[in-house]
Amino acid sequence: MKEIIIKAENISKQYRLGKVGTGTIKHDLNRWWHSLIGKEDPYLKIGEANDRSVKGESDYVWALQDINFEIAKGEVVGIIGKNGAGKSTLLKILSRVTSPTTGSVKFGGRVASLLEVGTGFNGEMTGRENIFLNGAILGMTKKEIASKLDEIIEFSGCERYIDTPVKRYSSGMYVRLAFAVAAFLEPEILIVDEVLAVGDAEFQKKAIGKMQDISKGEGRTVLFVSHNMAAVKSLCTRGIVLEHGKVAFEGGIDEALNRYLSSKFTQMVWKGIDGDETLSLMSVSINNFSRDSNLKTSDSLQILLQFKLGIVLNDIVLGFSVLSGIANPLVGVLYNDYNDYTVINPGEYEVSFIIPPYSLASGDYEIEFNLSIHNVKKFTTQKSNLTFNLLADSEVGNKFFLQNHPNYNSVVRPNWFEYLKKNR
Amino acid sequence: MNQTNKQQPDWLFEITPKNKFFSLNLKEVWRYRDLLSLFVKRDIVTVYKQTVLGPLWYLIQPLFTSITFTIVFNNLAGISTGVVPPFLFNLASITVWNYFTACFTGTSNTFVSNAGIFGKVYFPRIIAPLTTVISNLLKFGIQLFIFFVFYAYFYWKGAPLHFNWATPFFPFTVIVMGVLGLGLGMIISSMVTKYRDLSYLIGFGVQLLMYISAVIYPMALIEEKIPEYAWIIQYNPLAYIVETSRYMLLGIGELPLGGMLYTLIFTFCIFIFGVLLFNRTEKSFIDTV
Repeated sequence: MKEIIIKAENISKQYRLGKVGTGTIKHDLNRWWHSLIGKEDPYLKIGEANDRSVKGESDYVWALQDINFEIAKGEVVGIIGKNGAGKSTLLKILSRVTSPTTGSVKFGGRVASLLEVGTGFNGEMTGRENIFLNGAILGMTKKEIASKLDEIIEFSGCERYIDTPVKRYSSGMYVRLAFAVAAFLEPEILIVDEVLAVGDAEFQKKAIGKMQDISKGEGRTVLFVSHNMAAVKSLCTRGIVLEHGKVAFEGGIDEALNRYLSSKFTQMVWKGIDGDETLSLMSVSINNFSRDSNLKTSDSLQILLQFKLGIVLNDIVLGFSVLSGIANPLVGVLYNDYNDYTVINPGEYEVSFIIPPYSLASGDYEIEFNLSIHNVKKFTTQKSNLTFNLLADSEVGNKFFLQNHPNYNSVVRPNWFEYLKKNR
Repeated sequence: MNQTNKQQPDWLFEITPKNKFFSLNLKEVWRYRDLLSLFVKRDIVTVYKQTVLGPLWYLIQPLFTSITFTIVFNNLAGISTGVVPPFLFNLASITVWNYFTACFTGTSNTFVSNAGIFGKVYFPRIIAPLTTVISNLLKFGIQLFIFFVFYAYFYWKGAPLHFNWATPFFPFTVIVMGVLGLGLGMIISSMVTKYRDLSYLIGFGVQLLMYISAVIYPMALIEEKIPEYAWIIQYNPLAYIVETSRYMLLGIGELPLGGMLYTLIFTFCIFIFGVLLFNRTEKSFIDTV
């Protein structure tokens, strides 16, 4: 029988949309009046499920609705869901940064939360002083920190700079130091949000390794939110999938990931502004030159970009990466001309790329765009990402579906087959 | 879930929508005492980093204010400070008043200025205003020291200064002042999270408050000159604190015992109310701030 260490009962969280301005006092007074005469909060009855894409009727939305779960001691649970599904809100409630509107969560152990690394770091103070300050903010005592100081410094790899104010650190060193402090926390329950997405590849490996040690070796309970599905898969034993603020699935991590991947919607056109006045993406789209909006492995896929340039540039980086459904990069494609130094003048441009037929296996993909000045700055973010689904074509036997196989996460399926003949 | 838990051990803590009506969780605050001391250290160490004069700024500000006040209010406007040199009178008042305003304005900003940290990690929120009150104590100590330097100088010059039986109780007055600043600050900070208007009000409100808190004149003077408005001062607990401090430090005026009792009760009520409001706010201020 497992010992339950976290028990969430009916947690819901309501947010008010729009500006806090006129009407705030009116609503506040109305609430206060209702509580005075012993009635229920009038604004709790209204509110809708949180779906960003649909324009709602009410000023109030439920970011979370009736969340129930139990987590046993020693489990490593991944919380997954699309942007806006309520993951961060749930973590905020669990780490006591904000309180639920209704419901309760019970804890059977000390909690430390890492919603960010380096919370409370002060640039004027040295690395050593910041280790103490940050450690104390995360709930350690001076004594605990002092006993682990050497290990922390060693893990961070910043030994040489430890008595230098951290404002002089490179951003990489800053993050290493911050993560090192967090890595040596010793609570019974650890809540981690997306913090592994920092630092260079070597450090990420180290960080994931440390996380694995914490959960497996030391038997700590860990709640983990990340968009890095590979990390979630390797760390977690159980998964909770959130959709529109509700628990859509709860169970083994593989099933949870499948559930998450199959619920991912496709977005084949994006319009907006991603970047700034120097360089920005205006629209991207993917199409297969036909009326059938289902993309097939046999189609030529056109990736069309429109961007706006505000300055004269001779070292533009322009391209995209194709990512697998669980965000592992598969292919990087660039119009890469910074060796020839072709000058591009300010204006609006259109670029087209073609992915030839039979390049990719069927399955879910994501495209991340990249507009940069070489070695200077990347302008695009993930908000312009496209997601699409490639269906198997009946004529050619690409039998290995990427879909439902999180293991085959970097499979390119080109049509390199030539012939099959019987010799004897 | 079909994990029926047989005998659940006691939960360590529970998250609920609202705090209990009054819960100043002293045990938890005590557990975070190291954080408090590190925050105080941070405040002290980092305030005047990259300034040429450094902590000297702690001295320059009250000295120049005292000189200005002496010229304007005593020499120009002719407010009498009795046998005590006006400069020393002003310095004593300003030192005391500064500590109160530092506590008050510092804590009234708690939620807004700490939103970054509060939004990412939990610790007892009351640590933040406590830090303000304690780290300002050091600044106050330095200013008090310079006051005593001038005290010694004027004493040597022959001013009729003397300590009295009440002087040893001065630290007690300081504590009352700190607690009052903390209480008022917590009330304001809780309301500022929703209504930013208040932070503008605080800016000039504190300045105006100084004029009705007997900082630049003895309480007796206003009772003598404009008795019809004296009630404003008499209802102001801050005036009693300033007046009492001057009695303790300079030996002038009368010790307003009744007034101090009133101040104590007032401070206690404000502090309790402040903690209540703070407790209500800390749970979900991050959604509105």
